[in-house]
Amino acid sequence: MAARLPGLGAVVAAPLVLLARAVDPPLRWWQRVAGQGGMAAVFLLPNLAIFGVFVLVPLALNLVYSTTAGTGILLGGRSFVGAAQYARLLECGDYLDALTCREDMFWTATANTFVFVVFQVTTMVAVATITALILNREIRGRGFFRAVFFFPVLLSPVVVGLIWRWILQRQGLLNLIMVSLGLDPEVWLNDRTYAFAATIGVSVWAHMGFYTLILLAGLQAIPKDLYEAAEMDGTPPARVFRRITLPLLGPNLAVVLVLALIRGVQIFDEVYVLTGGGPGTSTLYLTQYIYEVGFASVLRNPGLAAAASILMGLVLVVLTLCQLRLSRRGAARDAK
Amino acid sequence: MSRALAFLTRRRGHGGRWHWTDVVTWVWLLGGTVLMFGPALWLVASSFKGPAQLAEFPPTLLPYAQIAVPVAGHDAPLPLYEVTGPDGTTRQLAEIRRIGTNAQMVDPAEPGTRLDVDIAARRPVREVGLALDNYVRPLVANDFLRFLWNSVFVTVTATLITLLTNSMAAFALSKYRFRGRDAVMLLIVATLMVPLSVILVPLYSVVNATGLVDTLWGVILPTVATPTGVFLLRQYMLTIPDELLEAARMDHASEWQIYWRIVLPLAAPALAVLAIFSVVWRWNDFLWPLIVLSRRETYTLQVGLNTYAGELNVQWHYILAMTVVTMIPVVLVFVFLQRFITTGIAGAGIK
Repeated sequence: MAARLPGLGAVVAAPLVLLARAVDPPLRWWQRVAGQGGMAAVFLLPNLAIFGVFVLVPLALNLVYSTTAGTGILLGGRSFVGAAQYARLLECGDYLDALTCREDMFWTATANTFVFVVFQVTTMVAVATITALILNREIRGRGFFRAVFFFPVLLSPVVVGLIWRWILQRQGLLNLIMVSLGLDPEVWLNDRTYAFAATIGVSVWAHMGFYTLILLAGLQAIPKDLYEAAEMDGTPPARVFRRITLPLLGPNLAVVLVLALIRGVQIFDEVYVLTGGGPGTSTLYLTQYIYEVGFASVLRNPGLAAAASILMGLVLVVLTLCQLRLSRRGAARDAK
Repeated sequence: MSRALAFLTRRRGHGGRWHWTDVVTWVWLLGGTVLMFGPALWLVASSFKGPAQLAEFPPTLLPYAQIAVPVAGHDAPLPLYEVTGPDGTTRQLAEIRRIGTNAQMVDPAEPGTRLDVDIAARRPVREVGLALDNYVRPLVANDFLRFLWNSVFVTVTATLITLLTNSMAAFALSKYRFRGRDAVMLLIVATLMVPLSVILVPLYSVVNATGLVDTLWGVILPTVATPTGVFLLRQYMLTIPDELLEAARMDHASEWQIYWRIVLPLAAPALAVLAIFSVVWRWNDFLWPLIVLSRRETYTLQVGLNTYAGELNVQWHYILAMTVVTMIPVVLVFVFLQRFITTGIAGAGIK
């Protein structure tokens, strides 16, 4: 796994080496004064300082913002309103109809995100599992095909969004295929249902390779002798799959499911570039709602955005705790 | 006939017979290959087409460019058309100018006589050719060279800082015993749960208060202290034997030297993995730069692309070309370093 990147590495490293030499004498002095514990602090300081300023402080501030009102971002100009922002988000005439809610956009975004996550995660896990099972077979060029499915994972969301916007546009590739099959062309992204389906399809296309890899690693960890024993007993393949593959892949499937959920709830980049949340509000998801309320719209309301992000964060915390528990159980099983 | 079919479908193993699962496998794999690579290849092919060709339907697979011929008496080469005469004969003529639905044309062989042709009776003469102007113009005339430089700066700087700070923290967490170590580890685990989308508003306010809004440092700093990086490196450093460090201490090496001269070189494989991940992450970042950067000079490629693609009248010929440029570093990583990433994901589940 060790590989050197010659040339470029050396050029980049040269000033760093000088820097490292320069900081040695003062650190040697500090080591004499403060001992090993002092050195631990020195090594931890840069990372923890950045953590603190850009993660921990914002976390605490988020609560402050969500309990204040005003259009400015500076805390001085904001007034304390208690739980009013939360109340505004959660106030609804009829919880089954987003349009009766005071903050109807929030409920539309929440409902959209929910439906999106249900369909996207199901499709994602199904497609990734099938692909992993196929890649786990003894086929020629397995490395190549594994790479094929992984390719879109590396692409930037903006590139993914633009690639598919180009394919789905009026004179695009998909309409060329439709016409050559004798079907009517369609302006896909102007149609609410098609646009919604497109956001699901495109995000599955972009991310399935990642989950395939995790599942493939899980499949390859299943001991070969189990399959050999089953083959000797003449067990039918469907039974082998149900009795050996599925139970042993279970923990990996669970991790993939939760990871896909966590990322699905936060979907933003590629959808924003692909549809911009439209047509209308048909592909408006939660992160875009937070972004627009907090930063993009004319009537900015950072407090409301903070409250909405805290509500989304609570869902994510629950999901993350599930994931930690699952992966710990997986680790405990591996250790046995 | 059936013999030939049997020969074509013969394969090793399974008694040489095709099982239905083999058919499914190959349909899935080959279909997958077309579906995964096809869109990107279509993007690349389209990016070399001129604006007129992009507006055509049905689109052609390959980029074509109209042939232009030099004609005596005209400074610039003139575009060539195939004109169908009233008697059904065709001849190739060059266009001088277009007036309404008619075009003034000239035969390159006899530049003296001008002909008036109905534009319905002519077709452009084209050959496979690349509209390289799509790439040159946005980089030279628009701001894309600036965006490209900004993206490179952000990616390189953020990756270097990530490697340095994460490896220092990982060193302390793997090689020292000190009070509060478990608390620090717990803190780092906890920050794994805080995705950027949850702290957008307060993070913006912090960056605003530190005066980093609209600067590239405002993009770089919030992203560099990745908990995943600390984890990855710490796990790897735990495998470095403590005896090596003790031996160095015997020789009066300082702790900083031990970190810099012994632990870092030994952790090179893990550092390489983190570096590759970091480059892809930072190059692809979109939401945070979109929020922090509002001045055009500070845009990264991703933000710049989104802005130009969001205009009312999208200039697709430029957008497609610049999308290809944005894709290049990631494709290079895919071709040359893909296995580092795949082992990283399969081994540690990082993304």
